[in-house]
Amino acid sequence: MTDTPALPAALAEIREDFLALPERERLQLLLEFSHELPDLPERYASMPGLLERVEECQSPVRAFAEVDDDVVHFYATAPAEAPTTRGFASILAQGLSGLSTQQVLDVPDDFPLMIGLNRAVSPLRLGGMAGMLTRAKRQVREQLAA
Amino acid sequence: MAAPTDPTPRLAEYAHPERLVTTSWLAEHLDEPGLVVVESDEDVLLYETGHIPGSVKIDWHTDLLQPVERDYLDGAGFADLLADRGISRDTTIVLYGDKNNWWAAYTAWVFTLFGHEDVRLLDGGRNLWVAEGRELTTDVPTPERGDYPVVERDDTTFRAFKEDVLAHLGNGPLVDIRSPQEYTGERLHIPDYPEEGVLRGGHIPTAHNVPWATAVAQDGTYKPRAELEAIYREGGLGIATDDSVITYCRIGERSSHTWFALRYLLGIDDVRNYDGSWTEWGNAVRVPIVSGAEVGEVPGKAKAAQAA
Repeated sequence: MTDTPALPAALAEIREDFLALPERERLQLLLEFSHELPDLPERYASMPGLLERVEECQSPVRAFAEVDDDVVHFYATAPAEAPTTRGFASILAQGLSGLSTQQVLDVPDDFPLMIGLNRAVSPLRLGGMAGMLTRAKRQVREQLAA
Repeated sequence: MAAPTDPTPRLAEYAHPERLVTTSWLAEHLDEPGLVVVESDEDVLLYETGHIPGSVKIDWHTDLLQPVERDYLDGAGFADLLADRGISRDTTIVLYGDKNNWWAAYTAWVFTLFGHEDVRLLDGGRNLWVAEGRELTTDVPTPERGDYPVVERDDTTFRAFKEDVLAHLGNGPLVDIRSPQEYTGERLHIPDYPEEGVLRGGHIPTAHNVPWATAVAQDGTYKPRAELEAIYREGGLGIATDDSVITYCRIGERSSHTWFALRYLLGIDDVRNYDGSWTEWGNAVRVPIVSGAEVGEVPGKAKAAQAA
């Protein structure tokens, strides 16, 4: 086995920002992330069917990791009444976008458990972000194989 | 010092009209002394985006469940939680939340395990309050600490464990509140969705499938009593007033919504919620499971019939 690659800068910074806060205030930071989820680019906003719909009992989210010339962009949309899901998607949109495909594939699967939200949000809910990350990696692999 | 009952005629039809309040009644009683409004959501951040003025937040995952063992907080923890939210033993609690009150009903059920007497649901939940354009605020209240005794949780009257369900088979109605696809076992695996893994699909033998949404009208309020009777009593599931009933779903939240309807709106005394639900049953070793749309038979009965 090779050494685990370091977290990409944007994800490392997000992690440090969360860990620097007392636990109770980390929810507020997640809320700020939820406000910052970028709008979808026009081609997705006008054709939401292009985004992969995630069937789950929890909040509805549509997301897609797009590869363009080996650079990844992560797009997602979730309703306003699902701020936690929006916050998770926003963290990934800010943390993954602009990375190379290999950097995205190297992001640890348990990154969502590394940002200090286990007690404030609960591991079960963080599983929602882990699922989003897993799907993003699969989408990257599929585009690399195509 | 209970708050008055909402006199709305629609509610008076129910077996326990004092257990529901309408949005208009709540809007007029937000300043009622001795009344505390509690928001309980699936989404842990939703309260922070705006809530009913004066309401406090209780989260099912981070407040009601223990972090390590799969169980609820104990009497001391419960007393501390409620006192912190400004609730005393005689406080009237009005619960509301997202997703058609699933988590609000779940919280109401947990409060009932601790014997809190006056627990009500806001009919229609957060969705209806928002849809009606009623006031929301991001101001978080800092309530004066309540006076709450340490009460031992009663895990027998309204709560069922796996062993209770096994003993119940053939002795009373069992209501599966999940979607038809979960009931038949057709849907088990959610692609790339790693948590809450369940190994086996299907349902508990003899369980009838009545998805939770069957009990609500278009606006998320509970259906009128006559319609609920038609679904759960004669002509429907056939539940009798003196039946012992168990409800379950995936983790016990949707079934709390139906538990509430059976217990308080239809007045069936003996209704227990199996909170282990499918995430326990579908992973348990050597428990009977039926796949497909048939309700299935009590295990042992089929064997006995063959032998005879």
